[in-house]
Amino acid sequence: MKPVFAGAENIISSLGFSAVENISNILTGNTGIAIDDSGIYFPSALPLSKVDYAQLENLFAGTVPGEQGKFTMLEKMFILSITDALQQSNINITSPDTLLIITTTKGNIDLLDPDLQKEFGKQRIFLHEMAKVITGFFNNPNRVMIISNACISGVLGIVYGERLIRSGKYRNVIVSGGDLMSEFIVSGFQSFQSLSEKACKPFDKSRDGLTLGEGCGTIIMSSGADSFNDIDVRVLGGAGSNDANHISGPSRTGEGLFLAIRQAMNLAGIIPEKIDSISAHGTATDYNDEMEAIAFSRAGLESVPLNSYKGYIGHTLGAAGVIEAAISLRSMKMNMLFRSAGYEHHGVTKKISVIKENMEKEINTCLKTASGFGGSNAAVIFQKV
Amino acid sequence: MSLVIRKYCSIVNACINVDGKTAFSDPEQDGFKKFIRAAYRHFETDYPKFFKMDSLSKLGFLSVEVLLKGESISGKYPIEKTGIILTNGSSSLQVDEKHWDTIRNREQYFPSPSNFVYTLPNIMAGEAAIRHEFRGENTVLISEGFDAELIFNITDLAFKTGSLESCICGWVEQYEDNYESLLFLVEQSGHENMVEKSEEDVIFEPSTLLKIYKQEL
Repeated sequence: MKPVFAGAENIISSLGFSAVENISNILTGNTGIAIDDSGIYFPSALPLSKVDYAQLENLFAGTVPGEQGKFTMLEKMFILSITDALQQSNINITSPDTLLIITTTKGNIDLLDPDLQKEFGKQRIFLHEMAKVITGFFNNPNRVMIISNACISGVLGIVYGERLIRSGKYRNVIVSGGDLMSEFIVSGFQSFQSLSEKACKPFDKSRDGLTLGEGCGTIIMSSGADSFNDIDVRVLGGAGSNDANHISGPSRTGEGLFLAIRQAMNLAGIIPEKIDSISAHGTATDYNDEMEAIAFSRAGLESVPLNSYKGYIGHTLGAAGVIEAAISLRSMKMNMLFRSAGYEHHGVTKKISVIKENMEKEINTCLKTASGFGGSNAAVIFQKV
Repeated sequence: MSLVIRKYCSIVNACINVDGKTAFSDPEQDGFKKFIRAAYRHFETDYPKFFKMDSLSKLGFLSVEVLLKGESISGKYPIEKTGIILTNGSSSLQVDEKHWDTIRNREQYFPSPSNFVYTLPNIMAGEAAIRHEFRGENTVLISEGFDAELIFNITDLAFKTGSLESCICGWVEQYEDNYESLLFLVEQSGHENMVEKSEEDVIFEPSTLLKIYKQEL
């Protein structure tokens, strides 16, 4: 069995276009969530975490001159994100040894708008068409793998990438997760009454819903320890599970998430005492955060420093798992725990250790989890070499 | 360890086959909605939530239902060791368009949560997981068409890592008037919980998946 290393993180979010820029904003305590009263996404004003499209277009024009018209907004994010990740690694994306995994919930869903559809063609709404455009841009010879499994898509991408490398099927896997802010998504979540009127406050007593975000994240995984320029982090393993309880509401018992965590720890050969930090899903809805707290508590992880990054960049759906794992890898390499933005007063019934201030701490092993619609959960464990 | 196909089920052209033999066919051929309801009744399914589902979930749900008729997978394996790994081509585009119709005009703006929740392809897997209490890995991958290698690789690796001991995997596709599904029930040969079949086991491998696909769909 081959060891699997991970690195070369890129993050495109409301906090910037690189991992460095995002981390620097997180360290400063900046949040990318702002009131949007443009009316584009919803009839009334709402807090959202938006990528700066003007800057995105500028960066894209600088990276791929003269090709702006060929790609949708989300495709541009994917292309920029993967390009930046590749620059931090020496792997070859055109090699048959390299697989690309795209994770997304809604892909080019903005193309439901007839005007945009005229520009790009209806075919582009299909996720496999969008993925082909991305893989074609990079001349990757393999059939791209696409995971669309609600909000756990990104974590599953990492879990499957690890398995594919470990079993020797590929030397390198690039996992890139992206989702766009759209009227489609905002109206749907609003109809569920799950959006907060203020920036979301994961695990806080006064939390009252989530904040939607958009963005793209990329991580490269490889069996070659020399594939990355900086400190080596290994992906030890991960697993998925289902609550088998409700399609749109989290389990009251945390059973599904608990099973995913336990399975991930078994596969990784890690006991709870060895986990130094947790990057939770933490959407800031009442039921979700409570469910997560129960699951972490059942898994014996009450004392492990934990955060949710959604107070900084909102819920980025199919991108969330990859973006948040990318932040976690940086946190491990820097030996720095990042404050869980929005958390002031403990608001879940179980004891968990939500991080209140940035602090230095040796982080060797980190657990990343996600949960989503359809009752799905996933967990993956990273460890510094 | 070798993986075997215990059973397979296909649905296409108003016809449901189990292990290659017709289990139900609707001579009316009067569109997907009528067909899937007739099939639901034919298999004496008692699950009123079925009628709330979107077409993709109905197809996925009923495919799993027919595949597992007479099986007792959830009682045989630990609850977290049975998984559902599905592939699909059009994601939830059918219901996405329905949601879009409720928001495209601000004067007639009525987005509905009962519709929006189905705008994710993995909801069909979630529905089947709830029905059969499968708590294992539960994944939907998108491919342009039936991709035997993809279905095999992801399922095989989930067994190899020890994540799963039994799995329902395959292809469920529905958009506009087109629908087709082909699901496989996969178990480990020699596993203590597996009830051996009398005839030769069919080995779970890409070439077999492709052969069955060509024969069924």
